[in-house]
Amino acid sequence: MFAPLVLGLIFREINPCLDFLIAIEIALILGLLLTKLCFTQNDLNWMQGMLVISLSWLAAMALGAIPLYLSGHYQSFLDSCFETMSGFTTTGLTLVQDLDHLSYTHNLWRHLGPFMGGQGIAIVALSFFVKGTSGAFKLYVGEARDERLLPNVVNTARFIWLISIVYLILGTLCLGMVGLSIGLKAPNAFFHGACIFMAGFDTAGFAPQSQNILYYHSLAFEVVVMVIMLFGTLNFNLHYHLWSGNRKEIAKNIETRTLFISIMLTFFIVAIGLNQLGVYPKALVLFRKGFFQLISGHTTTGYMTVYAQQFINEWGSLALVALICAMGLGGCACSTAGGIKMLRIGIALKALREDIKRIIVPERAVVAQKMHHLKDMFLEDKQVRSALLITLSYLVIYILGALIGTFYGYPFLNSLFESTSAAANVGLSCGITDTGMPVVLKLTYMFQMWAGRLEFMSVFTLMGFFYAAIKGKK
Amino acid sequence: MKIAHRKSLIVNRVLLTAIAYCLLFTAGYAQGTPSTELINNAKTYDGKTVIYEGEVIGDVMARGDFAWVNLNDGKNAIGIWMDKGSSAAITYEGNYKAKGDLLQVTGIFHRSCPEHGGDLDIHAQKVLKIGEGKPRPERFNTAKAGFAAILLGALCLVLILRLLANR
Repeated sequence: MFAPLVLGLIFREINPCLDFLIAIEIALILGLLLTKLCFTQNDLNWMQGMLVISLSWLAAMALGAIPLYLSGHYQSFLDSCFETMSGFTTTGLTLVQDLDHLSYTHNLWRHLGPFMGGQGIAIVALSFFVKGTSGAFKLYVGEARDERLLPNVVNTARFIWLISIVYLILGTLCLGMVGLSIGLKAPNAFFHGACIFMAGFDTAGFAPQSQNILYYHSLAFEVVVMVIMLFGTLNFNLHYHLWSGNRKEIAKNIETRTLFISIMLTFFIVAIGLNQLGVYPKALVLFRKGFFQLISGHTTTGYMTVYAQQFINEWGSLALVALICAMGLGGCACSTAGGIKMLRIGIALKALREDIKRIIVPERAVVAQKMHHLKDMFLEDKQVRSALLITLSYLVIYILGALIGTFYGYPFLNSLFESTSAAANVGLSCGITDTGMPVVLKLTYMFQMWAGRLEFMSVFTLMGFFYAAIKGKK
Repeated sequence: MKIAHRKSLIVNRVLLTAIAYCLLFTAGYAQGTPSTELINNAKTYDGKTVIYEGEVIGDVMARGDFAWVNLNDGKNAIGIWMDKGSSAAITYEGNYKAKGDLLQVTGIFHRSCPEHGGDLDIHAQKVLKIGEGKPRPERFNTAKAGFAAILLGALCLVLILRLLANR
């Protein structure tokens, strides 16, 4: 919260600075009290690690919502909590009102949320505040990261930050230059550049203006944003290999291959759907609009160059279903992207292939399925089970959210679109997400964003903990 | 005589109804059409001349002899493609520190503009400034400042208590 405060002082936005001062003071008081009351020298066990993660995300949401609520741009504290949950989980669904008059200070905070949440709130702590590594791995895993780039988890966390900050500088410069060339004023060009990069690389989809990316009316800007979204959706391990000069890994990796095929397939269906209805007058226009929205959905970013209502009024069912599938499948594992993830889809498809092979070949033949993810490996039942379990959890949560939306009177397809967008941490909206939507639906989407970002295990542990506590009391 | 009178009555009614419909139809366009109406019924308005009113928000983005100006009517913002001369009349752009000029634009509405990569936009034919923007000076919020001061006191107290406890 210090960064927005400094920016606020630079731009002389006094009242927004007060909002952040109040929020910082509340956070410090609570922090000091909790470190005194809950201090322990014992190492964390797995359950405690998961509990710490799930609760710290809720605490971060509540504290992060304070300055936004004080800005007066949110109808209720719940709406500002929705905004911070959406930001930290890199979703991008928004309930802000009159965004075009929001201060630089608050806008920077909206975009810093995804940048911190995308790397992982625990990773922030691991990178800067943890001296030893005991218990650190449990926190790291609790935030849905089970792959280490370096042997030491703290060094891994620091490397993730290094990658992100280097890309932030390059991305801001690039977007800033494009911004200048399309007519933005210099301070706005670089401020928008930094904000769009943070929310794009961390696959969140927030933007400083209410029209999102449509505000810029520029193909060049859209192309740079697409590249940023694709970079953001890649596994941090792949970035590590890219940095180490091992570019072949990108071409060989099961995740990038699955992502490529999935993008091509879903875009093909989107294009057929849009073409059938004659939504766009030229093939190039169809490609520009369709591909941008598809990439935005598949990478789980949520940037838009169309209005939310246009999805429902103009896109038609076929294109929408393809877009929902792309959102549900999501990006790569160990990235800031949400959704089922390409690694799990790749593993499930390999397992299916193995089973079909087993039926076809003679019974005595030994069937083994190989795959390449950072190294060559044989597919194990344990991997398949884990991949299918998480896939199933995502599918259940997509459908449940859609049913709740339908219960409140929204058409099923619209509800499924919004539910998938929330649970897969995408942020594309067909218009349901609005300050006027029912409170239960707001809470449902907040739960979906939280559970989807943490990939269920930490959330299930928290629910199990409370269930056990209540049962124990009885 | 009666039949002729009835016929003239029917003709009069038909004419009156037609005129009423025409007036209603043109009135929809003559007064500013809200952005929600334009976006939700984009197919109906596509290629037609509309009147749209809204506040200038964000930067005026010059592109050669033209410029993009985004106008917000309180619900949504729509991009207006206008000549540079018209955009030069804009004095205030809406942001945190200013309320932007209020413009009334008459122009062709595009659901998916072929010239601009499929954007939903309006190509302005006539731009009228109907309201002057103004700076929005910040009033120092004493309630917030007081609350921040109380919290600062509480924070100092907690810090002192912790230091004493550590001793």
